[in-house]
Amino acid sequence: MHAKQLRLFIPLLSFLSALTVSSVIMVLAERDPLMIFGKMFHATFGSSYGTGQMVFRMTTLLLVGLAAAIPFQVRLFNIGAEGQLLMGAFAAAMTGAMLPANMPSFLAIPLCLFSAMAAGAGWALLAGTLKVQFGVNEVIATIMLNFIAQGITGYLLTYHFALPSTVHTTPIATAAAIPTFDKVMGWFANAPANLSTLPAIGLTFLLWIMLFRSRFGYEMRAAGLQPDAARYGGINAGVQTLTAMGIGGAAAGLGAANIVLGYKHYYEAGMSDGIGFTGIAVALLAGAHPLWIILSALFFGFLEYGGLTVNTWIPKDIFMIIEALTIILVISFTALGKRFS
Amino acid sequence: MAIAVRLSAVSKKFGSFAANNKVSLSVEEGTIHAIVGENGAGKSTLTKMIYGMHLPTSGELSIKEQTVRFTSPREAIKAGIGMVHQHFMLIPKLSVAENVILGHEETGLFRRLPLERAKTVIRKDAEAYGLTVDPDALVASLSIGEQQRVEILKLLFRHAEIMIFDEPTAVLTPCETERLFITLRALRDTGKSIILITHKLDEVLAVADTVSVMRKGEIVGTMPGSSVTKEELARMMVGRSVLSSVTNPAATPGEILLAINNLSYRTTRGELKVQNLSLKVRAGEIYGIAGVEGNGQSELLQTLWGLAPEGTIISGTAVLKGVSIISKRPDEIALMGISCIPEDRLRHAVITEYTVSENLLFGRHRERSFHRGIGFNAPAIKRYAEEMIANYDIRCSSPGNQSLGSLSGGNQQKVVLAREMNRPGISLLILAQPTRGVDIGAIETIHNKIIEARHSGMAILLVSSELEEIIALSTRIGCIYKGAIRHEFSQEEVELKREAEHEFQKEIGLHIT
Repeated sequence: MHAKQLRLFIPLLSFLSALTVSSVIMVLAERDPLMIFGKMFHATFGSSYGTGQMVFRMTTLLLVGLAAAIPFQVRLFNIGAEGQLLMGAFAAAMTGAMLPANMPSFLAIPLCLFSAMAAGAGWALLAGTLKVQFGVNEVIATIMLNFIAQGITGYLLTYHFALPSTVHTTPIATAAAIPTFDKVMGWFANAPANLSTLPAIGLTFLLWIMLFRSRFGYEMRAAGLQPDAARYGGINAGVQTLTAMGIGGAAAGLGAANIVLGYKHYYEAGMSDGIGFTGIAVALLAGAHPLWIILSALFFGFLEYGGLTVNTWIPKDIFMIIEALTIILVISFTALGKRFS
Repeated sequence: MAIAVRLSAVSKKFGSFAANNKVSLSVEEGTIHAIVGENGAGKSTLTKMIYGMHLPTSGELSIKEQTVRFTSPREAIKAGIGMVHQHFMLIPKLSVAENVILGHEETGLFRRLPLERAKTVIRKDAEAYGLTVDPDALVASLSIGEQQRVEILKLLFRHAEIMIFDEPTAVLTPCETERLFITLRALRDTGKSIILITHKLDEVLAVADTVSVMRKGEIVGTMPGSSVTKEELARMMVGRSVLSSVTNPAATPGEILLAINNLSYRTTRGELKVQNLSLKVRAGEIYGIAGVEGNGQSELLQTLWGLAPEGTIISGTAVLKGVSIISKRPDEIALMGISCIPEDRLRHAVITEYTVSENLLFGRHRERSFHRGIGFNAPAIKRYAEEMIANYDIRCSSPGNQSLGSLSGGNQQKVVLAREMNRPGISLLILAQPTRGVDIGAIETIHNKIIEARHSGMAILLVSSELEEIIALSTRIGCIYKGAIRHEFSQEEVELKREAEHEFQKEIGLHIT
C-alpha cells in the first residue's frame, strides 16, 4: 500500500477499532451502545446548539493541535500547549481588561489576539531556547513550563487580579469580545461558537501552504527529516527549532483567545481543563498534517461535547477511553503498516 | 590444519544491493586472519554474519566443519565465537568484574554473584595474555585501551575460541596498539583463531598470518601475510577492473581558481588530520586527489564546505578567486560559486523522503527563479526538473511524486550531479567519490558529465578512492598521505602515464602508503 493510502486508512481503521472496543465496554457496563451513540449524534450534529458547542471546542482543539503539529515537523514534541494556552489566556484577559472603554473593536480585538499569541509564543520559545542553547530535552522543558505557567497564572489570579469572592478576573472591555456566530449570523443558537473559528481555519490552510508549498516549510521539514543534510544545504537547524516552537506557541495562544475573547470574557481558574494536552492527541491522529487536523479536531470536539450530553447514561470517562485508545491504535497501526509495506 | 570458520559462496543482500557477493573464505585454527578493504567493501557485513547478527541470503557457514545457521549472536556465542566491537559494549557504572560476568553469571536469579571466582579467572587471563587491568575498578575510570582489554577478558571468560576484532586499533594510541598486538599473538599461540577487520595496512603486515582483501562485497584475494607488500594490498583495495573507458581529451587549464595553502585541521580530540596541505586548482582542469581513505580527505572536504565541527582548529588558507572559504557557512560558500558533492550522498546531499523534483532544488532552494509570491514557482520548478532529467538521463517515472529514496544509487547521484553542476555562477566543483555505489551504466554518464564540466571552464577537485577513476579523469594528480599532498603528478606526466595504466597505478600506490 502507498504511503498516501496508509495515511487515510490507518486513522479510519483506528477510529473504527476504538469504537468497537468502547462499544464492548458499554455493553459490559450494561448500556446499549447504539442508543448512546444515537443520542450523541442527536445532541451534536442533530441540534443547532450542540453543533455550536462542538464547533467551539473544535476551534481550540484545532489551534492546540497545530501547537503540537508544527514543532513536530522538526521532530520536536511540544507537550507544552497547555502552559502556552494558559499564558495566552491570561495575557488576553489582562490586555482586554486594561483597554480603555471607548476603544473600537477593530483595534481592541487584534491587540488582545496579539498579546495572547505573544505570550504563548514566548512561553514556547523559552523551551526552544533551552533546547538550542543547552540541549535540554524539549519534552521535559515543556512539561516543567506547564507547571510553572499554572503556578504563575494561579498566583497572579488569587493574589492580585481575582475579583473579590470569585475565581476570575475583571471582564474584558466589551469592544474586545469576539462576537458569536449567533449574534452575527443567527447560527448555533446561544452556543459559544464565535468568529474565531474562521481565522483558525484560515491559519490552518495558510500553514498547510507554507509547509508544503514554500521555502519556509521546505527548510523546516528538511531540518526535521535529515538534520545532517540540512546543514550541508545551508539550513540552520537551531533557527528552524525556534521558528517551529514560536509558531506552535502562538497557535496555542490563539486557542486561548477563542475561549477568553469569544466565550468567557475573563480569565478563570481551571478554564483550560487540560485541553492543551488533548491537542497532542489531535495532532497525532492527524499525523501532524494541518488539513487532517481540522477533521481530527472536529472528531475530538464531537467526543468531548457529545460525551457530556450522554452523561446521564454513561460516564464521560468512557469517551476519554475512546480518545486515548484511538491514539494508541493509530501509533501501533502506523508502526505495523511500516513493517509490512 | 583444521579450519575454524568456513564460508562457502555466502551472499548477503539488502534489497537489491549485494553487500556480500558469493564470499568464500577459510580461517584456519590458531591463526590471525586479517580482512582488509575500503569502507563499504562489505567487511562489517561479513563479520556480522559470522557473529549471528545477519542471516546470509544464500551460501553456507560452518564453524569447525559443522554447518551452522545462527539467528542471533547468542547462538554464535554458544558456538564459541566472540566479538570485540568498534564501540565497546560495556556498562560504565559497573566494575570490570561485573562487566566481565554480565550475561554469563552462571548463578541463580536471586543468588549471590560469583564475583570472587570471576576475579580469580580475570587475574589469571590478564597475566597470561598481558591484559593488565584491576578487576575492581569501575569501567568508567578506565582508558580506552583498558576498556578494550575488558572486552577481550569478556571473550576469554566465555571461552570463545574464535575472536572477531572490528577495527580494534581505530581508537588506540600507537603504544596501546603495540600492546594489543602482543595480546593477539599470545591468543593465537594458545590456539585461538582471530579475525581482524582493519583498513590500516601497516597493522596487517605486523600481525596477520593470512590476509584477505575485500572490494565491493567480494573477496579479491587471500594471501599469506609474509609474502605480500603494502603497495600490493593498497592496489587491490582501491583498484577497479571494470570501469567505462571515458575519452579524456587534453585539457587547457586557465587561471588558478582555488588555492589551498598550508591547511591544517586539528580535531577537538587533538588529532592532526590534515597537516600543511597545499594545492592549487586551475580553471578547466580536474585535480584528482588519490589516497587510501582516512588520510584526511574527509576533513579537507569538511573544511571546504564549512562543515567542520565546532571546536576544530583550522589554520592555513583556502581561497577562491581571492575570497577566503574558511569558516564560512555552506550557504555562503555556495553563493561564492562553489558546488560540493559529498562522500555520503544519502546522509548529506539529499532528503530521501522528498521527491525527485524537491531534491533537484535542495541547497539551491533559495534561488529567486524558483520562487513566486510566498511559495515556490511550481511551473518553473517543473520545467527545470524536466530539463535536468533529460540532460542527465535520470531514470524516474514521475519526478513530482516519486521519492528520491526509491531511485537506484546511480540515478540518485545523477540528481545530485545535475543540481550541483548547474548552480548559477559556479566556478569550482568539489566531487567526492562521485561514482561510489553507482551501477556501471550510470558511471559512464557521470564521467562524461564531469569531463563536460571541465570543458566549460570549471575548476574541479576530485577526491576518489578508486585509482582508475582518478587516472581516467584527472588533469593533475595529488597523492594524499597522512593529511598532506605527498607527491604531485603534472599534467604532462599524467597524460603520458595514463597509457600504461597498470604501471601508473603501481606508482601511485607507492605514494599513498
